[in-house]
Amino acid sequence: MKLTTTKRLERLHDRYANGDLSRRTFLTLTAAAAASAGLSMPWMGRALAAVEEVRFDGWGGTVQDAIDKFAFQPYTAKTKIKVVQGTFGDEDEIITKIKTAKPGDYQVIHSSGVNYYIKYVNGGLTSEINEANIPNMVNVLQPMIEPFRKLTPKLSAVPYDYGTTGIAYNTKVISPEEAKEKGAALLLDKKYAGKVGGYSDMTTRVWYAALATGQDPNNLKDMDTIWAKVRETRDLAKKFWSSGAELMDLLSKGEIVVTDAWSGRVAALQDQGHPIGYLDPAGSYAWMEDMLILKGSPMAECEELINFMLDPATSIAVAEGQSYPPSLDPTKVKLTDKIAKLPAFDPTGTMKALTFADPTYWATNEDAWTKQWNRISKGA
Amino acid sequence: MKQSSLREHKRLEEGAYIRVRMNNRWTLYDPRLAWMLVAPVLLLLIFFLVLPIAVMAAYTFFTFVTAGVETSALTTANWQEFFTDSYYSGFLLKTLRVGAITALLCGVLGYFPAYFIWATSFKHKWLLLLLLIVPFWISFTIRTFSWINILGEQGVINVALLKMGIINEPLQMLYNEGAVILGLLHFLLPYMILNVYVSLEGIDRTLIAAARSMGCTSAQAFREVTLPLSLPGLAAGLLLCFVLAAGSYVTPQLLGSGRDALFGNLIYDTIMGELNWPMGATLSIVLFVVLGFFAAIYTRYMGMSQIVKGLAG
Repeated sequence: MKLTTTKRLERLHDRYANGDLSRRTFLTLTAAAAASAGLSMPWMGRALAAVEEVRFDGWGGTVQDAIDKFAFQPYTAKTKIKVVQGTFGDEDEIITKIKTAKPGDYQVIHSSGVNYYIKYVNGGLTSEINEANIPNMVNVLQPMIEPFRKLTPKLSAVPYDYGTTGIAYNTKVISPEEAKEKGAALLLDKKYAGKVGGYSDMTTRVWYAALATGQDPNNLKDMDTIWAKVRETRDLAKKFWSSGAELMDLLSKGEIVVTDAWSGRVAALQDQGHPIGYLDPAGSYAWMEDMLILKGSPMAECEELINFMLDPATSIAVAEGQSYPPSLDPTKVKLTDKIAKLPAFDPTGTMKALTFADPTYWATNEDAWTKQWNRISKGA
Repeated sequence: MKQSSLREHKRLEEGAYIRVRMNNRWTLYDPRLAWMLVAPVLLLLIFFLVLPIAVMAAYTFFTFVTAGVETSALTTANWQEFFTDSYYSGFLLKTLRVGAITALLCGVLGYFPAYFIWATSFKHKWLLLLLLIVPFWISFTIRTFSWINILGEQGVINVALLKMGIINEPLQMLYNEGAVILGLLHFLLPYMILNVYVSLEGIDRTLIAAARSMGCTSAQAFREVTLPLSLPGLAAGLLLCFVLAAGSYVTPQLLGSGRDALFGNLIYDTIMGELNWPMGATLSIVLFVVLGFFAAIYTRYMGMSQIVKGLAG
């Protein structure tokens, strides 16, 4: 049985009262206890309390609502470990916060796949997962795990879901036939000037410029053409959105009629009855998300939480709630019809139908391209 | 009588200091007491303002390696980039322009409500002042977002104009510089009104009555007496609005397009988007120095010392 400080002091007092301790020894031990309590550092309390709560930071909105409802609440009910949640609109934002915080302040991140995984690794922010503590990992798609393992043989993250950034359009203005015919070129259609949107993110902008110029997004040959296309979209765009909530707001209010968009957020809008269509053009940008454990986290509790989240029943409920397919292998786990109908869902489990960003290639160019995109987005 | 008591008595007679003996050891306005009272604030300022700025200044000489990674190898590359790249100076000038326009509009639009509140004979004047403060009870971000529901394509103005048949297509009122300045006005106007009002409250009303009794019209009395005496408050309001507008980040982010970004947005993108802290720190120090420079010049030449004369001792 674990002894609390109060209990220890009570026992000490009992021993003194029973004559087992001299007055001097009793006072010395009491003073030592008081000193240790008074001199304890702020992190000591958190470290001791860590077993009672785990910190999670995610994307907020409908995605995090689903995770909270179907994973965190049942997990807390089962283990009594509370999941303290935070949100971010842009993952670079949370990386900045993590850099300025003490190890352990932030613990589990709903991260944007391998491209961001590299940033955490480079920054020395990652932990080492004991995979034996996450038995449900056997059901996770191997093609999703491999890219992470290439970067760090000892994993710090476990893939959790995936999706695409395709084209969303207002069906009252653009017919499904027109959308299918034009595909990614819809974002450059002058007919919709001033009603075009887009994700304010370098990778998405460069990716769609690559599709528009017929280049391979994972092996760009002519960056001048790419930047020219990015500028073209910028000049037609009304607003580049920077969070899922903003995307949904712009589309639902009719401020924009076409934009690249996250499949799950569009599915949520469709569920709400908005006249929004979605298509994945050839070479559409596919991405995966993972549950990343940061350095300084209480590993056993975090691993237990992730194992709980990967339990088929939990993972399926979350996937249906957030409208993104889970990382579970459909050849090993029977998924529901609702999941099978989600955009980007790959029933083969090979992920070959989806085009992911080559993490090494994009990481090499990330700094220069992000800087250039930031300038172009501001009119340069 | 002791020597010290004699000196004190003499000072009282000369009116140089008003020293009130509180007990045998301490007196009001005793320098030691003053330092003790000021010490907590000074420490807070040193630890939470001066030191962070110093750390940031040091960061400007660090070397950026890759997103989120920098080394303490000293370099002047960040400063060289700032001084040689017109992208940064262009945004700095644009930010100062938007700040100046916003401050001037705040001055023009804010003076009259302040004058009205001061001059009104309405017995519940406190209610008018309360109305000025009420917007602060709502989150600044929510207040800024509310403009989307007013200026947006499906916002109140466009819907009303479309229904009345005045326009056929929604007006493009959002995501441009006008919307940014409007959002900044909404945020800063109460600061201007309160500054001017406080200044007006300090005016001896008998001066205006005297001007009127000597033949001035109401307009002349305002021009010759009220306006000049309220100028320090107006000047303080202008400076405050300028500094806050030029340093703003949220309003251009929500109500402007990428082209309407201000220098604060550049800093945000560099630190949060590119994870380039050394360059972000450089830009932050630049904005700090430029706004500080303007504040110092303004204080020196616009008679701002009038406002702080009470603190001069």
